[in-house]
Amino acid sequence: MTLAPGKKKEKLDRLAELSAVRDDEQGVSLWREAMRRLRRNPSAIVGAAILVLFVLVAVVGPFFVPYDPVDQSGIREGVIKPGSIPGSSAEHWLGYDHQGRDEFSRLIVGARQTLIVGIVSTLIGLTIGVLIGGVAGAAAGLGGRWGRLVDSVLMRIVDMLLSLPSLLLAVSVAALLGPSLVTVMIAVGVVSVPIFARLLRGSMIAQANRDYVLAASSLGVRKSKIAISHIVPNSLAPVIVQATLTLATAIIEVAALSFLGLGNPDSTQPEWGLMLADAQIYLDVRPGLAIYPAVGIIVTALGFTLLGEAMREALDPKLRR
Amino acid sequence: MALLDVQDLSVTFSRRGQRTVRAVDGVSFSVDAGEVVGLVGESGCGKSVTSLALMGLLPRQRGVQVGGSARFDGTDLLKLDLRSMRDVRGRDVAMIFQDPLSSLNPVVPIGLQVTEVLVRHRDMSGEAARKEAAELLDRVGIPDPRRRLKEYPHQLSGGMRQRALIAMAVACRPRLLIADEPTTALDVTIQAQILELLKELVRDSGTALIMITHDLGVVAGMCDTINVLYAGRVVETARRKELFAGRRHPYTVGLLRSIPRLDAGRGEKLTPIRGSVRDVLPWTEGCAFAPRCDRRVDACVGAPPEMTPTHTGHEFRCVNPFPLTQPEEARV
Ligand SMILES: Nc1ncnc2c1ncn2[C@@H]1O[C@H](COP(=O)(O)OP(=O)(O)OP(=O)(O)O)[C@@H](O)[C@H]1O
Ligand SMILES: [Mg+2]
Repeated sequence: MTLAPGKKKEKLDRLAELSAVRDDEQGVSLWREAMRRLRRNPSAIVGAAILVLFVLVAVVGPFFVPYDPVDQSGIREGVIKPGSIPGSSAEHWLGYDHQGRDEFSRLIVGARQTLIVGIVSTLIGLTIGVLIGGVAGAAAGLGGRWGRLVDSVLMRIVDMLLSLPSLLLAVSVAALLGPSLVTVMIAVGVVSVPIFARLLRGSMIAQANRDYVLAASSLGVRKSKIAISHIVPNSLAPVIVQATLTLATAIIEVAALSFLGLGNPDSTQPEWGLMLADAQIYLDVRPGLAIYPAVGIIVTALGFTLLGEAMREALDPKLRR
Repeated sequence: MALLDVQDLSVTFSRRGQRTVRAVDGVSFSVDAGEVVGLVGESGCGKSVTSLALMGLLPRQRGVQVGGSARFDGTDLLKLDLRSMRDVRGRDVAMIFQDPLSSLNPVVPIGLQVTEVLVRHRDMSGEAARKEAAELLDRVGIPDPRRRLKEYPHQLSGGMRQRALIAMAVACRPRLLIADEPTTALDVTIQAQILELLKELVRDSGTALIMITHDLGVVAGMCDTINVLYAGRVVETARRKELFAGRRHPYTVGLLRSIPRLDAGRGEKLTPIRGSVRDVLPWTEGCAFAPRCDRRVDACVGAPPEMTPTHTGHEFRCVNPFPLTQPEEARV
């Protein structure tokens, strides 16, 4: 996240190269072999377990929460007084928040918001990034002189995005579009566009020089067909790995945007970043209010990162046996 | 008229900051319809570049220059635009590559890769294409073709992969097939089977074949005409019988001496050619083989040797060839 732009680019290109399928590797067995290696990797297991739990909580949890997460029952009942927010009790497992709402229910419902925003923003980044990277990769790998021109124009745009620190970029987009939930998704998505674009382009160019592309050309198969049905399927592995890793950063960035007040303007809806932001004034009164959502964010991001890194390792031809 | 007439084909690679390489330096040969023509030479002599140039598959970049002509059925393949060339590829001229594993897409089932050609050139689709693909696999000797169509390249053996690639190459009954060392990546018993298959296909369909190899043994078994290449030029060309009966060029003799033979007497040693392909003289300054040649004379250096024709069509590029009546020396 804090790498210099040049470094970032280099790292992405190397990643694309590393994860590209090599001559002596085989497609289906590549995935099957990767699965086998994933199952033997403890950090993959831990990551996957965290994610299963998180997704379960986010999807099913909201139906079973004990209280309405926006109901300020604590204030109605007068249990909240300035300087005192009741903590855990038998009825309210994690106590009340500063507005007298049930903290546990808010945490669970907040998980759903976090998951949705994380996934949608990653999908936005993935879609746009794959489109740009796919076109640039096909143009650079197969397109001749015109192709190289198209490629360099697209890549300069991508490099511009890449050279901005990601949070700054997200904040600028969010500020530009005005705060809303959609804005958050777009802002966080835009940040990952250059990453996906560079990654796919790099691995497509590597694939374009492979023998099977030459063999397909020798049979007269058209370039567009070669790009879509030969090169792209062989170039997706690093992109899928990156998508998993991007989910982790997306969740953190969503939280960061909410924290900075650029998130969902409907501040009654629970969201982990917002809960964290709200909690900071009450740190000395009820530090728990900050700790619960923070732990949620960290553990979830950790889950995606563990699984993503394990997938990268499993798919990396250089680390094989 | 010859089916393919290659005249003075040259390919140079020039990269900024690097010496320009004349990978092919004036190659001329011709192929008649249904004929099997061998291109033989050491590694690096320009065999693959020649075949790629004929197929228009060399990278289209500023640093890659292709000269000369290659008339296929009257049209110059080297002058065709990309679109027309793509129509020719796979339909009129097809190619078989050296490494069958890397020439197949690892993540696409064999069947899709075979039908792709049928879809492209024969307007087939769906079940018809699948049926034809299965027939093709059957024709190249792959058992249980229906099942194989669904499999991925890594599930096939090396020999079967090469058979599948051959099936794709002959799918549209091309008039010319170029095989670039089709057996080098396979083990010996499989090599023989693949060569047998190629021979059979060529005989049955009347397809002409350019057989590229560094192995004179392969050529001896199946070629009608043999062209020996050295440093990007043809140095000797003859009908198979004539070449093996009376080879004239010292390089051809050297090549023959360096291959093992079953009928060689006990204790007879293989004699490798002195030096390496890197010890070449540019053709403009004399015979490129001169630095490695035992029969070198003063006339070898100075001017490029011309092809010397004989009345039988046997030609060689040498100023001091082995004499026609076979002295002990030229025997292998
Ligand atoms: N793309 C390229 N750029 C620069 N030089 C090249 C390129 N392709 C081939 N060459 C050079 O052209 C020469 C001939 O190569 P070619 O591949 O045709 O040899 P070959 O006869 O097929 O050898 P082998 O038996 O090893 O396959 C070599 O010196 C090689 O280095
Ligand atoms: Mg070669």
